[in-house]
Amino acid sequence: MVFLENFRIAIAALRANLMRSILTTLGIIIGVAAVIAVVSVVQGLQFTITQQLQGVGATFVAVSPKVDRSNIPGVAARQVKLTYEDGLAIEDKVPGIKLLAPAIIGRAAVKYKDRKHNPFLVLGVTEAYQDVANHGVDRGRFLSRVDLDNHRKVAVIGPEIVDDLDLGPEPLGKEIYVDVYPATVIGVMEKKGQNLGMNMDDIVYIPFSSAVSLFGRNAADRVELRLQAQSPEVVEQVKDNMTRLLRQRHKIPASEPDDFQIQTQDEILDTVGKILGSVTAVVGGVVGIALLVGGIGIMNIMLVSVTERTREIGVRKAVGARRQDVLVQFLIEAVTLSLVGGAIGLGLGFGLGVVVAKLIPGFPPAHVPVWAVALSFGFSAAVGIFFGIYPAAKASRLDPIDALRYE
Amino acid sequence: MALIELKDIHKVYDMGAEKVHALNGVDLAVERGEYVAIMGSSGSGKSTLMNLIGCLDTPSSGSYVLNGVAVQDLDDTQLAGIRNKEIGFVFQTFNLLARTDALHNVELPLIYAGLSRSERRDRAKRALEKVGLGPRMHHQPNELSGGQRQRVAIARALVNEPSILLADEPTGNLDSATSEEIMLLFDELHQSGNTVVLVTHEPDIADHAWRRVLLRDGKVIADQPTARAEAALVR
Repeated sequence: MVFLENFRIAIAALRANLMRSILTTLGIIIGVAAVIAVVSVVQGLQFTITQQLQGVGATFVAVSPKVDRSNIPGVAARQVKLTYEDGLAIEDKVPGIKLLAPAIIGRAAVKYKDRKHNPFLVLGVTEAYQDVANHGVDRGRFLSRVDLDNHRKVAVIGPEIVDDLDLGPEPLGKEIYVDVYPATVIGVMEKKGQNLGMNMDDIVYIPFSSAVSLFGRNAADRVELRLQAQSPEVVEQVKDNMTRLLRQRHKIPASEPDDFQIQTQDEILDTVGKILGSVTAVVGGVVGIALLVGGIGIMNIMLVSVTERTREIGVRKAVGARRQDVLVQFLIEAVTLSLVGGAIGLGLGFGLGVVVAKLIPGFPPAHVPVWAVALSFGFSAAVGIFFGIYPAAKASRLDPIDALRYE
Repeated sequence: MALIELKDIHKVYDMGAEKVHALNGVDLAVERGEYVAIMGSSGSGKSTLMNLIGCLDTPSSGSYVLNGVAVQDLDDTQLAGIRNKEIGFVFQTFNLLARTDALHNVELPLIYAGLSRSERRDRAKRALEKVGLGPRMHHQPNELSGGQRQRVAIARALVNEPSILLADEPTGNLDSATSEEIMLLFDELHQSGNTVVLVTHEPDIADHAWRRVLLRDGKVIADQPTARAEAALVR
């Protein structure tokens, strides 16, 4: 009853000084807008990445050579190798693997007539790749065992490359060049979009053997192995067995670390989560400061308001307002101020997130989770209470006689 | 038992080095339905006395029984409740809330009495009609003349049906014609049964009352019926 009445009084008081109220709450607006903008973008990113990774499947495992960072001058870095033969040995000796595909990752320009394009990646793969990556063709067919065995000069291309090379409505059968190596287009992959910042639609797939001759022997020593385990339950076991086998094959002494790394989908998700989490934490710190500054602004203006309205407080006390009535009145005013700021900040931040997500090409749409909304309002209210309690207590303790006499 | 019963009231202000005796043993009893003017020059202690009667302050020593309640021992929250129920204040400077229309100003005591919105509205309207401001209940204080503002303040003082109407220099900010109107309103309110206590330093305002209490140096030096009371008695 009295609470509702106090809320009405608070709204009236804030509207009476509209401009001042808005300026006061600017700190809160900016703080909340910042957190919502960042959270919406980060959450959108995480949401999309998680979805895409789940598309690859929980049984997906990637093995890659470790980048040697011991860059001591004069000491030759140990040659880190991961070869197709390692892959074949794994397929042979480690149980629980359904499919394994080696991949040589390189970059090269593609040409068709006078059109030239630099695709995101050129991948040298085997026929198993499309099942391992869970990525099929839209038109034509993928590379086959026969293509590989016979060293056929063929290529499968991503849908964006069809446009980039201006291959027209019938790209199949056309002769393109991957660097100096001529290849017939035998398939176009289905559209997949972005994944972990990689443009999956801008990739050229060529037979593994062709990639070896294109990128050189060196490239064949640093392949990536991608595989699907038979079930999610065996993933850990497969990982352990692969580690033992590869250490043995690479003759790594027990004291030395692995010269390769094995990533399961859970670990990739974990890594992504950690990176995004630390971004959120840094922004959280900045927002904390903004909210602190905003809170001090609210305290300041509430103190001014209490002084300005000393006589009003005196009158209210004279007609029967108790200390707690005055306390609640000013506290509600402070909380209303910060909550309105929080609401404006929420709208602004979401708008900003949407705009940012739209402006960056290929970026996933912004996504605001309910917890972020709840958190923003919770924090706004907490700031209002924390910084409003002192001015409100000051108002409630005013002596009615002095307050009535105040000029 | 009298409505207001003050016995040997002392009020001492501690001003650092020296102690100021604002009230120095005041005895005063006011019966229900009386019309009393408290007079005195500035520094006589009349404002202090009014604050005590109005429960805005508590005495240093002595006893004060208001409507059967010993208020000298009450705490802040209880005093607020007494002010809400028993006292209707009218101030020299009106003390209306700015940017708040007459109706809401009059409703104010009823908010703290915990009445529902519709009941508050009804009672505030009736109080405004009683002081002749029914048609102006939606005007804000800055749209009203001084006399009208004081009428709003009187309506606010009456709205919770208090035991005492306590007016502190109610005509101090008004011209003489308007002062007379406001005093006629107080006369009417007295006639309809209200207990009225005026604090004033103007003799012709005090003449409206039926009893005059004169203060000097924190003591009651005279307490007698006015000419008006005698005239009424003769009739």
